[in-house]
Amino acid sequence: MQRTFKVFRFNPKTDQEPHFDTFTIEVGDSWTVLDGLNAIKWHHDGTLCYRRSCRHGICGSCAMTINGKNDLACEKQLAAIKGTIVVEPLKSFPVVRDLVVGQEDFFDKLRLVKPWLIRREPPPTDKERLQSPQDRRVIDGTWECILCGACTSSCPAYWDNDSFLGPAALLQAFRYVGDTRDEGLDERAGILDSKIGVWRCHTIFNCVEACPKSLNPTDSIVKLRRRLLEQKL
Amino acid sequence: MNLDVVYHKHDVIVVGAGIAGLYAALKTSGQVDTAVLSKVYPTRSHSGAAQGGCAASLGNVMEDHWEWHMYDTVRGSDFLGDQDAQELLVRDAVPVMYEMEHLGVPFDRTDDGRIAQRPFGGHFGNFGKTPMKRSCYAADRTGHAQLHCLYQQCVKNEVRFYNEFYALSLIMHDGVCQGLVAWDMREGGLHVFHARAVHLATGGYARCWKITSNAMANTGDGLALVMRQGLPLEDMEFVQFHPTGVWQHGMLVSEAARGEGGYLINDKGERFMENYAKAKMELAPRDVVSRAEQTEINEGRGIDGKDCVYIDLRHLGKEKILTRLPQVRELALKFVGRDMITDPIPIQPTAHYSMGGIPVNLDTAVLSGTGKETVPGLFASGECACVSVHGANRLGTNSTLECAVYGRRGGLKMLDYLRQKPSHDELRDDADALAREEVGKLLGTAGKQGVRPVELREEMQATMQQNVAVFRNEEGLKKQVDIAQDLRRRYKDVVLDDGGTYSNSDLIEAIELGNMLDYSYVIARCALERTECRGAHWRIDHEGRDDKNWHKHTMAWLEGDDIRLDYKPVVITRFQPEERKY
Repeated sequence: MQRTFKVFRFNPKTDQEPHFDTFTIEVGDSWTVLDGLNAIKWHHDGTLCYRRSCRHGICGSCAMTINGKNDLACEKQLAAIKGTIVVEPLKSFPVVRDLVVGQEDFFDKLRLVKPWLIRREPPPTDKERLQSPQDRRVIDGTWECILCGACTSSCPAYWDNDSFLGPAALLQAFRYVGDTRDEGLDERAGILDSKIGVWRCHTIFNCVEACPKSLNPTDSIVKLRRRLLEQKL
Repeated sequence: MNLDVVYHKHDVIVVGAGIAGLYAALKTSGQVDTAVLSKVYPTRSHSGAAQGGCAASLGNVMEDHWEWHMYDTVRGSDFLGDQDAQELLVRDAVPVMYEMEHLGVPFDRTDDGRIAQRPFGGHFGNFGKTPMKRSCYAADRTGHAQLHCLYQQCVKNEVRFYNEFYALSLIMHDGVCQGLVAWDMREGGLHVFHARAVHLATGGYARCWKITSNAMANTGDGLALVMRQGLPLEDMEFVQFHPTGVWQHGMLVSEAARGEGGYLINDKGERFMENYAKAKMELAPRDVVSRAEQTEINEGRGIDGKDCVYIDLRHLGKEKILTRLPQVRELALKFVGRDMITDPIPIQPTAHYSMGGIPVNLDTAVLSGTGKETVPGLFASGECACVSVHGANRLGTNSTLECAVYGRRGGLKMLDYLRQKPSHDELRDDADALAREEVGKLLGTAGKQGVRPVELREEMQATMQQNVAVFRNEEGLKKQVDIAQDLRRRYKDVVLDDGGTYSNSDLIEAIELGNMLDYSYVIARCALERTECRGAHWRIDHEGRDDKNWHKHTMAWLEGDDIRLDYKPVVITRFQPEERKY
C-alpha cells in the first residue's frame, strides 16, 4: 500500500527558509509514522533528520507534530491518519534541523523546579524510608512522564515569549512536591509562585490532549496551587 | 576535509547515560571533575525501557537470603558466571536498593510501607525449590523510574553533560587510556576529551538482529571502541532471546506479565511449558522459555501456524492488569490492536540482552587479556561489560541490578584509581587521527556511487535472525561467518547521502552500522567455535552442556579481518556445576 508524506525540512546552514518535501512510499500493515520516516531516510533521502530510539513510546525522543497534533512518531499508526501524513517539528521549540528541535529551554525550565527528592532528615542507614501504598499512589500520573515535550510545545502560554515554566516542568514539580517523602515545597515555592510559575497556566488543556502517555499536567498545576495556598494560610 | 577540533579536559569521562553510567557519574561528581557523554539525551537511554524490576533479597514480603539469590543467578547463568562477581552483585543488591529508594526512586509499596517485591522467572527460595518474591518494582516501568531519578540526582550534583556527542575512538598511549575523541552530533566537529579515567557504559547490542527489543541506539558502540584498540571482548556468543517480544515488532512484553501469572499458550490452547519445565512453567528462566516457544513454532504449533504463540493474561482481571502492567497493556493495544484484559497477545522470542561484552574485573577495570592485567584508565559497567555476572544466560531483574551495583562500584573504584594517578598524562600528538580519518572518509562519499547502508544493515539483521538466534547449528554459523566477512568487505564501499558536518544523522547511522558489522562477525565466530549447549547458546547439533571441554569463557580479538580466540576459566566459589533443570 502507498502513502504520501509531507515532511518539514530546514537546514539553517544551507536554507533561507523551511519547505516541505513530499514522499510517496510503500508502507506495511501496522506501520507507524516512525516506520515511514525510517523508510524515507534509508531508501530515499538520507539527509532527513529526526530523533528516535526505543520505537515503543518510553524514551520520548520522537515527539513531533503529526497532522497538526503533537504525538510520538513511534506510536502514531499510519492507519489512524487519513490522507497525506504531514510531519513537522514540535511547535515553539527552535528548529535544529528538519524534525530535530532544541530542547535546552525545556530542560532548563525543568531544572528550575528542582526535580529531585529534597529531604532534610537523613535516611535510615539500613533500610528504605517507609511510605504507605496510598501515599505512593499520590504521584501516580506524574512519575510516568517521559519528558517528550509534547505538552509544553502545545501550550499557548508557553508560546508567549516562553515566559512560562510549562506543563512538563510543573508536572515534574508535583511529582516531587506530591511525594510524601519530599520536604521541598519551601525550597520550590519561589519559582512555583513566580511570574513564570503555576499562575501562568490558563487551563487551556492542550497539554492534556497532547500527552501521549495520557497524563494530566493541568491537574498537577492545580494541585501545586492548592499546596502553595495551604502553605501560606 | 577540514574538521574542527575542540579540546576538553576532565578527570573522569563516562560514556553512556543509562543506569550504569549515571550511577558511576553520581559517585565521582562532587569529588572530581566529571563529564558524561551520551549520544542521546540521558533520559532517552534504553535503561528506561526496562520494565519488570530490580532484584534484591530484601525479604520484605517473604523470607529471602542473598545466598538464595546467588544460587539462582549461578544456575540461571548455566554455571558460566564468575561466582565472586555474582556474590558481590547479590550482596550489594540490598544496600544499593535502599540507596536507590533514598535517592527518590518511586518503588511500589507493601501494606506496611516497605519496598514491594514480586515473583519473577528464575528467582526462587531455598536454593531453587520454592516460590520467591524478589523483584523490587515501580508498576511495569521500573527502569524508567530508576533512570529518571539517577538523572535528576546528577543534575542536582551539577554533573557536566555533553548530550548528543558520539564517541568515535579511545585515545590510548603505551597501553594507557588518556581519553577519547567524540563527534558533536549537532554542530559537527571533533572533540578531544583528555581525561584521567574513561568509563564505558554504552549498553547492549541486540540491534544486529531483525526482531529485537532493543532501541535503535543499541549498536554496541563501546565494544567497537575497545575492539579497535586491539582489546578483547568476552562471551560474545551469549545473547539472550527474551520469550515475550511483541510479534513482528520485537519490543518487550515484560517478564512481569508472567511473574504476575500470565500463561503461554500454543495453537491448541495448551500451556505448553508443562512439556519443557514442568516444575516452574512460565517462570522458568528466559532461555528455557524461548527455546520452548521456538520449538512449538518450529513444530507447527504456533498460532495459526505462524511464528508466534500467545501470552494470556485475561484471568488476571482488569484491576491487576491496570495497576501492575499498565505499560505492557498499552503496548499491546498500540502495536497489535489487542487488549490484554479481553484478548491473548501474540508474542515471539526477541533478541534482547547481551551477556557478553568488554571484560572487566570486580572493580570494573577493563582487562587486557585472559589474565588479571588491566588497562590503566579504562573502566566499563552495565550491559556493555562482562564481569561476568550473567554467564550464559541472565535472569530477569538482574540487569538493572548489575547496572546499579557495578555502575556505582565503578564510580567508587575510579576515585580509588585517581588517588594513585594525581595528574593527567601528556596527551599523544595525533589523538584525533583515527576519528578524523573515519569521519573524513565517510563524509567524502556523499553523492558518489556505492552501497547504501540500509542494504547491508537489513541483510545483517535478517541473516543473524536466521543463523544466530535461539537455535544454532554448524552449517548456519559457518554461513553467517562468511556473510559477516562479505558484509564487512562491502562496507568499505558504503556511501552517504549527507556530506555535511551539521546535524548529520546519516553519518552516525553509518558509523553505527560499521560497529554492528564488526561485533556481529565476532558473535557468529564465537558461536561457531563453542560446540555445546549452554544457557542462551544452543547448538542443536550438539548434545547438552559439555563442562569437560567448555566450562570456560570465550575471549575474542578482532584483528583486521581475522578473529583470534582464547579462553579463560570460570571462577567457582560456592556452587559446583550441576544439571540445570526447571
